[in-house]
Amino acid sequence: MVPSFGLVRYYVGRRVNRLYERTSWAFHRFVGGSATLHHGEYEWLEPESPSQVVNVVFVDKDGTRRPVRGKVGDNVLYLAHRHGVCMEGACEASLACTTCHCYVDSEHAAKLPPASEKEEDLLDLAPFLRENSRLGCQIILTEELDGIELTLPKATRNFYVDGHTPKPH
Amino acid sequence: MYEKLPVPFGLVRYGVAPDHPEVKNVINSFSKIAKQKNFRFVGNTSLGEDVTFRNLQNAYHAVVLAYGCSEDTILGIKGEDLKNVLSARKFVGWYNGLPSEKTFMPNLDCSTAIILGQGNVAVDVARILLSPIDELKKTDITSYALEALSSSKIKTVYLVGRRGPFHVAFTIKEFREMTKLRNVKTVLNSGQMQGLDQLLQGVPRQRKRLTELLIKVSQAEQVGDKEFVPLFLRKPTEIQGSTSIEGVKFVINKIDNNLEGKVSSTEDTDYIPCGIVLRSVGYRGTVPDKDIPFDSKKGRVLSNSGVYSSGWINTGPVGVILSTMNNAFHQAALLVEDMNSNKLDTLQSKPGFELISNILSQKGIQAVSFEGWEKMDKVEIERGKQLGKSREKIVDIREMLAIAGE
Repeated sequence: MVPSFGLVRYYVGRRVNRLYERTSWAFHRFVGGSATLHHGEYEWLEPESPSQVVNVVFVDKDGTRRPVRGKVGDNVLYLAHRHGVCMEGACEASLACTTCHCYVDSEHAAKLPPASEKEEDLLDLAPFLRENSRLGCQIILTEELDGIELTLPKATRNFYVDGHTPKPH
Repeated sequence: MYEKLPVPFGLVRYGVAPDHPEVKNVINSFSKIAKQKNFRFVGNTSLGEDVTFRNLQNAYHAVVLAYGCSEDTILGIKGEDLKNVLSARKFVGWYNGLPSEKTFMPNLDCSTAIILGQGNVAVDVARILLSPIDELKKTDITSYALEALSSSKIKTVYLVGRRGPFHVAFTIKEFREMTKLRNVKTVLNSGQMQGLDQLLQGVPRQRKRLTELLIKVSQAEQVGDKEFVPLFLRKPTEIQGSTSIEGVKFVINKIDNNLEGKVSSTEDTDYIPCGIVLRSVGYRGTVPDKDIPFDSKKGRVLSNSGVYSSGWINTGPVGVILSTMNNAFHQAALLVEDMNSNKLDTLQSKPGFELISNILSQKGIQAVSFEGWEKMDKVEIERGKQLGKSREKIVDIREMLAIAGE
């Protein structure tokens, strides 16, 4: 298996989740909202009602389809981490790298808010860029994104053996 | 993981600019990895000096070299040895607190700086020289660099390349940041941009968007007391001066083929007066131990089973975080493959850290653990707090070792 920051987050996150299961009642009762949550913790909360559920399919680097149940407000990057999908996030969703690059199915791509100038600038550096490329950390789930399909680029294994040459930085 | 310095994180700590703290968030992921039971950080251990490559091979089934490219390409022109002709890489090490550069002292008592090279390191240096000081003072930039920069007289920074605007090596994010710097105008003589718009059809998106931005900026009205001036098609031929730098002489190049980036010299020359020159025209990998299989022409480690390399020492000095990360995954996968196919004889046990630890204690070398780093980390953050900064880095190795050993 290829080591991955995502997986480390996954294991760490799993512990966080157990903590939530124990404390979630108190959390919602006395703290409420997501303002006090750290990056990626919101995604570990279960949806409060069925109407909040947003179904997402991740298509892994090896082509495996991974349907997961997300909810309104989830950041796709952290949702991926929760479910052990190998989407990286080196800069922790601060829009400084390209490690969460993914492709959005065309139907749902049209429903996303357009990419900011900064996101576009970063996408310029992503290998295997396509029309429907986005950064996972910039996608926040809404009701109308139900059924969204996110495909990870197959760049990892073949990056330097498939003839692609990165440009000097 | 063996590291020459007593502290981990390499270029994330010493290469990434202090005003780009978000890029350093990856340290959180690294720290989580470092706390796994099957990971050990051994700092203050220099390959080729404290331990040899053969020592490592005797101790472990596989060795991955990931020490990057630490040497500058030099220009080889007259005047390059003048005082204040400086390596941009060392300049970066200086403001980032790299222990070996703590005494590097650029003289910023002049109005004009010339940076030779148009990559992202060159742009980082330009941005640090031109940034309003209050934007820097809350970052983890070293206090001595902050002090030197706050009394800097530099008003104009040239960023000079030998090719045209269609072949700059910096990326759009870094360039756009320059155009948005407070009180700094980006001066791009629109004459330099002639004919560029006709090249845009069919070129990759990255080049197209960057070129469009260059054209747009060249036509925009700009305000500011300080200037950032990218200049193209100029090859430096001589740095003039005697005790101090007076200016740089260039020969003007012409474009032979814009799509291929081919240029050739003309008879025309240019001269720009300046007081400091920073060279950023490329980097090279070196070999710290003669037993490392190394291609000295390309400056890269030659991998074979049992010896792997990752990052710039594997690929050469190109690529941003994403490409380096993907390269690391690929190299790790190769290692696992060799293990699974029994190319590495993992049935025969190897002594691992025990052997190296013995060598280090025999030599009286104080290895630093990750817990040792965490002590330094606390001290740095605390010192930063007192100065209103995110962190004040410790730059003295003896002090680092003292804190780690407490």
